[in-house]
Amino acid sequence: MTTPQVPTAPDGTGSPATRVLGIVALAAMALLVYLAFVATPRDATQGDLVRLLYLHPGLAWTAYLACGIATAASIQHLRKRTIGSDLLAHSSVEIGAVMTALTLVTGSVWGRPTWGVWWVWDARLTSTAVLLLLLLGYLALHRIDAPPEVRSRRSAVVGLLLVPNVILVHQSVQWWRTLHQEPTLARRDFDFGASDLMMFTMIYGFVALSLVFSWLLVQRFRVGWLEHQVEEAWLDEAITERRAEALGAEVER
Amino acid sequence: MEPVIHLRGAVGLLGRFPALAGVDLTVDRSEIVLLQGPNGAGKSTLLRLCAGLLPVAAGSAHVLGVDLVDDPTPVRVRVGLLAHATFLYDELTVADNVRFWTRAARADQADGQRAMERLGVAGRLADVPVARLSTGQRRRTALAVLVARRPELWLLDEPHAGLDQEGRDVLDALVVEAAAAGATVLIASHELDRAAGLAPRHVTIAGGVIVADSAVDRVP
Amino acid sequence: MFRDARLIAAKDLRIELRSKVTAGQVLPFALLLLVLFAFGLDPDGPTLAAATPGLFWVGVLFVTVLAVERTFSIEGGDGVRDALRLAGLEPGGIFLGKWFALAVQLAVVELVMLGGVVLLYDRELHGIGLLLASSLAATCGIAAAGTLYGVLAAGLRVRETLLPFLLLPVLAPVLIAATRAFESALDGVPSDGWPWFNLLAVFALVYIGIGILTFGSLLEES
Repeated sequence: MTTPQVPTAPDGTGSPATRVLGIVALAAMALLVYLAFVATPRDATQGDLVRLLYLHPGLAWTAYLACGIATAASIQHLRKRTIGSDLLAHSSVEIGAVMTALTLVTGSVWGRPTWGVWWVWDARLTSTAVLLLLLLGYLALHRIDAPPEVRSRRSAVVGLLLVPNVILVHQSVQWWRTLHQEPTLARRDFDFGASDLMMFTMIYGFVALSLVFSWLLVQRFRVGWLEHQVEEAWLDEAITERRAEALGAEVER
Repeated sequence: MEPVIHLRGAVGLLGRFPALAGVDLTVDRSEIVLLQGPNGAGKSTLLRLCAGLLPVAAGSAHVLGVDLVDDPTPVRVRVGLLAHATFLYDELTVADNVRFWTRAARADQADGQRAMERLGVAGRLADVPVARLSTGQRRRTALAVLVARRPELWLLDEPHAGLDQEGRDVLDALVVEAAAAGATVLIASHELDRAAGLAPRHVTIAGGVIVADSAVDRVP
Repeated sequence: MFRDARLIAAKDLRIELRSKVTAGQVLPFALLLLVLFAFGLDPDGPTLAAATPGLFWVGVLFVTVLAVERTFSIEGGDGVRDALRLAGLEPGGIFLGKWFALAVQLAVVELVMLGGVVLLYDRELHGIGLLLASSLAATCGIAAAGTLYGVLAAGLRVRETLLPFLLLPVLAPVLIAATRAFESALDGVPSDGWPWFNLLAVFALVYIGIGILTFGSLLEES
């Protein structure tokens, strides 16, 4: 008869390594905010709106990074069926979905004063919108009412297809929109000839946001891991109960 | 000779519920075994596990020499499972179903025809879509498919249910013939009088574990 | 594997011939869509003519959702999913068989819709080569993605809402590519359309490949 084992519950999802990471990420973001909103000058044509561009590409980058991690983790899950790979894929998609949504929001907010509309069907925004739908699809599938192994396996197939889908969508949308590209919209690209500091800030945005993404990913993964451990503990308990029931039935006869 | 079924502490889960909570069972070739027990004891689950359909959550399980913990897939085509579900396509006729399932298992088409005749579903009945058959006729069709595939291990879940007297007689005869030809038969049944005569060995399961085995003197 | 595929495809098509669900319900639905589009877009103006390729493929996508749900509801019968696992069939073969049967049914519906477009929208068909090639490639891709995502959503209570949500974003590239190919063909400049055909072919190959590889693990323990 096995005794139920309850893992000693940790106080939280922190650890020395991630605390350092968290502090670094926070500091990096603080610097980014300072650079973006205080130190850099207003752009000649775009005014204060250019400040969003320090965030937007970095957010997009983390969204696609999340995709790549999810696909790699999904492939691993289909090969080895480990809980960790499924958790990693799921966490990555969750955070990626948030990043994608923020990418779309910053893009849209930047676009409104610039083009006069909230949305344009240009290649990048359209691809990103489809990416969000793909990620939400993954999350919806992961929540279905089925045993955990079934959920994980099916989600892994969707996760596996994320990168190929993104490539296919990007390619088709790219070809499509460059056929109809209006000249004024093409000019919306980030033209930073003006200032070295602006250039640096934009590239630095990638770094800072990547740090934040990593920290979020680790935390989310750990939460999922702890949840899983709690579920595992019940199995021993349940087996014990069932056997007791059997022996009880025996004794009665 | 290696036993056909060899389970040690096998645990089978239905979702979060341990339907099988540590089963120890050994069955040799050509044995006919009756598996009895109350509702919810785990009879059907045990049959499914032996068929390679249910993952083994803990313990060890070897059926027909295949390690079910490692990869249960090879055992599936070698067993014949008769369950509450019919395993038939409703939209297809009896003949279509027998033909499809026997072809899938690479079995002989002639065996399929003979099985249909033996079970009384050949002739006029063969061209009727399964959806329009009675429960008993569907059972017979499912049984015909099973027989035609010539499995080495028969797993029968309440096989007499839904069959009329004649059907039951045919089933009993088939079981005896199969065992004589080298197949092993495991029958889960409530009908103790009927099945007890058929099976020399009785195993009782309750609460997910084996609690009694009429072959107690065997070495596990 | 191909032997198993033939067996499954034959079985699926035989069921369709017996039950006539695709012919009797899905096909009329497709024609209904064409009629509704005409109601919505004023057949007298230039809008309907310009939009025809897009409407055609959007219609095909709606039909696909229905067809995929049908092909997997067949397998929802009494214990059939278990039976398929017990049957001794290669999962890759099951995928190919269902893919083929689905593709055939979609092709039939598309042919009828094409006829509908010619008759109802008064469009002449040019660039037949490109039309047929891109239809073929698109149908193969749609059927492959449909079979794969269909099994992902199969057996679930939320299947009806989950399947379109999973499948349609994935088919966006097919919609874009096939529409552009059709536009090129119908407007008389087929040479522009062939790059789109290449994209459709790649899509189809990717999905058929991944379908064959992953179908086995997806059939497990539904």
